[in-house]
Amino acid sequence: MIEMSRISKVNNVNITNTEKITPPKDLSLRLESKKLSVMYGSSYGVKDISIPIYDKKVTALIGPSGCGKTTFLRALNRMHDLTQNARVKGSVLLNGKDIYAPKVDPVVIRRKLGMVFQKPTPFPTMSIYDNVIAGLKLVGIKNKLILDEVVEKSLRHAALWEEVKDRLKTPGGSLSGGQQQRLSIARALAVEPDVLLMDEPTSSLDPQSTTRIEELIHKLKKTVTIIIVTHNMQQAARVSDYTAFFYLGGLIEFNTTSKMFTVPDNKRTEDYLTGKFG
Amino acid sequence: MKKRETDGSVLKEPNVKYQTSQTTLSEYLRKKRSFIYRTLGDRLFSYFIFALGFIVILTTIVMAIVLYKDGAEAIKRYGFFGFLFGRVWDPAMKIEFGAFPFIVGTLITSIGSLAISFVPALAVAIFTAEYSPRWLAHIIDNLTNLIAAIPSVIIGLWGIFVFAPWMRDTFYMNIYMWILDNNPSFAPIFGNPIGYGIATATIILAIMIVPYTTVLTVDAFKKVPKEQREAAYALGATKWEVVKMAVIPYARGGILAGVMLSFGRAIGETMAVAMLIGNKNNLPFSIIGPASTMPSVIVNEFREAVENIHLSSLIAVGFYLFIISLVVNLIAAYIQRKFSLTGARTV
Repeated sequence: MIEMSRISKVNNVNITNTEKITPPKDLSLRLESKKLSVMYGSSYGVKDISIPIYDKKVTALIGPSGCGKTTFLRALNRMHDLTQNARVKGSVLLNGKDIYAPKVDPVVIRRKLGMVFQKPTPFPTMSIYDNVIAGLKLVGIKNKLILDEVVEKSLRHAALWEEVKDRLKTPGGSLSGGQQQRLSIARALAVEPDVLLMDEPTSSLDPQSTTRIEELIHKLKKTVTIIIVTHNMQQAARVSDYTAFFYLGGLIEFNTTSKMFTVPDNKRTEDYLTGKFG
Repeated sequence: MKKRETDGSVLKEPNVKYQTSQTTLSEYLRKKRSFIYRTLGDRLFSYFIFALGFIVILTTIVMAIVLYKDGAEAIKRYGFFGFLFGRVWDPAMKIEFGAFPFIVGTLITSIGSLAISFVPALAVAIFTAEYSPRWLAHIIDNLTNLIAAIPSVIIGLWGIFVFAPWMRDTFYMNIYMWILDNNPSFAPIFGNPIGYGIATATIILAIMIVPYTTVLTVDAFKKVPKEQREAAYALGATKWEVVKMAVIPYARGGILAGVMLSFGRAIGETMAVAMLIGNKNNLPFSIIGPASTMPSVIVNEFREAVENIHLSSLIAVGFYLFIISLVVNLIAAYIQRKFSLTGARTV
C-alpha cells in the first residue's frame, strides 16, 4: 500500500512540475478564518484555525474522523449557534467583514453561505419545484416568472434539470439518493450564495452519483466558491484546488492540492496521505 | 473454562489448547442445538402471544355482537337507518326512540372541541419542542399530561361549580342581553343563558383533549431528523420559518394521529359532558342551550329505563357509538399511514 502510493507520488511530481501553479496573488480572498476555535463546553473541537478561502476555487478539508473538519465548516456559516454548549472564538471574514461581529444576524449570513449536508435533505413533503425555491420564499420573492427561471437555472446548474423537468410538482422525497443530493445542491444554489459549503456530500451516495457530483463541483467553481469536507483523499485530489489537512482539532497544513498530494511541507500530512495513519 | 473458549484473545493464540477447545465448542454447538437456540421456548412463547392477541380481537368482536343483540329490538322496530336518523327521543309520553339528536350533539361537541383545541395544542407543542428551555418544557409537558390524568368526573364537578357559572356571568348573560337589545330574533338560536349547555361542554371537552394532541405532536416533532432542521437553517430560515418549513410538514403524520386520537376521545367522553351539557333530548339545539350526546344520554337514562324498548334503544345508541368510534379509528390509521414520514404510525 505504502509502496503503491510512493510510486503514484513520483508520477504526480512529474506532472506537477510541468504545471504552472497559480500564485495566490492573482486570487481574491472570499472568506478567511482567523484564529478560529470552536469549544464544546471546555474542550476544543478545533483550535486556532486560520485559512484563506480563495474566490471561485475549491478548497477541500481533509483529515481522519473526529479531526474537526466538519466542526470548522459549520463554524463558517454559524451553525454552531444552534448547538447549546458550543462556543466560537476568533473571527471569520466574509468579503472582509467578520460574521461573528456583534449585531450580525446569523440568518443573513446563512443566506450568503449555502450548505449541502452529508445526507440529502430535500424537504420530503414539498415538490421539487418548491424545494428549489424554498430559500427564495424566505426572502419574500413571489414573482412566478423569476421563480420559474431560478428553478430551471438552479436545476440545470445542479445537472438535474433534464431528469426532473417533467415532474417538478412531484415530492422531493420521491427522487433517488443521488438526485436528492443534487436537488439539495440546486436548492442551495438558488439563493445565489457567495460560498457553497459541502459536508461530505457524496459519502452516502453510490459511485455513479459521486462522479456526477464531482463533475458538478468542477462546473460550479466557475461561478461559486466551494469548500468541501471529504473523507476521501482521492476525491479531494480530484476536485479541489486547495487542501487543508486537519488533525486532532488543529490545522496541520494548508496548501495547493497539487503540492499537498505530491510534496507536502509537513511530515504528518505525508504520513496521512500515504496511509501510515488515519 | 467456558468463558475462555469464547474469548477472542485466547482463540488468536496458536497453541494446542486452542485446537481442542475449538473442537469441543463446535461439538457442543452441533449436538445441543435445540437446547442452545431454545426452539421449544420460542414456540411456546409465540403461542402465548398469539393467544393474548387473539383474545383482544375476540373481546372487541364479542362486544360488538352483544351490543347489537341487546339493541336489536330497537333497531328492528325503527330500522337500522330509521333509528339512526329518528329525530324523536321520547321515553315518557310517546315511547318513541331515534338517535339522531345525540349523533348531532356528539358530532357538534367533538368537532367543535377539536376546532377549539387544535391551535392551542399545536402552539403548546411547538413551544415546548422548539422554543422553551428544557426545564420549562419539562414542566409544561408534565402539566399538560396532568390534564389527561384528572378523572373526568372531577373536571365535570369543576365545570358545574366554577366554569359554567363563570361563563354564564361573564359571557352568556352579557351576549344574551346584547342580542335581546339589538336582534331579538337571534335569541332562540343563541339559547338561554343558564350556563349548562353545548358551548360549555364543548369548551370543557376542548380542554380535556388538548394533552392528546400535544403529546403526539411533540413526539412527532422530536422524530424530525436534525438534518431537516439544519437544512432549513442553512437556507437562512428563522426559527419560526424552520418550524413552518421543515418541522411541521415532516411531523404531519404524528400531528394527524394526535388530532384523530383527540377526536376519538371527544366522541367517547361521557362524564364531564353529561354533567355540563344540560341534557335536552330533542332537536333543535341552540348555541349555548342544553343538548345531549350519545354517551351522555346513555349514562343519564340507563338506570331509569323501565321499558324494554327504552333500554334496548340506549344499547342501540351504544352500538352506533361503537361503530362511529371504530370508523374514526380506521380513518385515523389510514390517514396516518398515508401522511406519515416519521414512522408515527406505531403510536
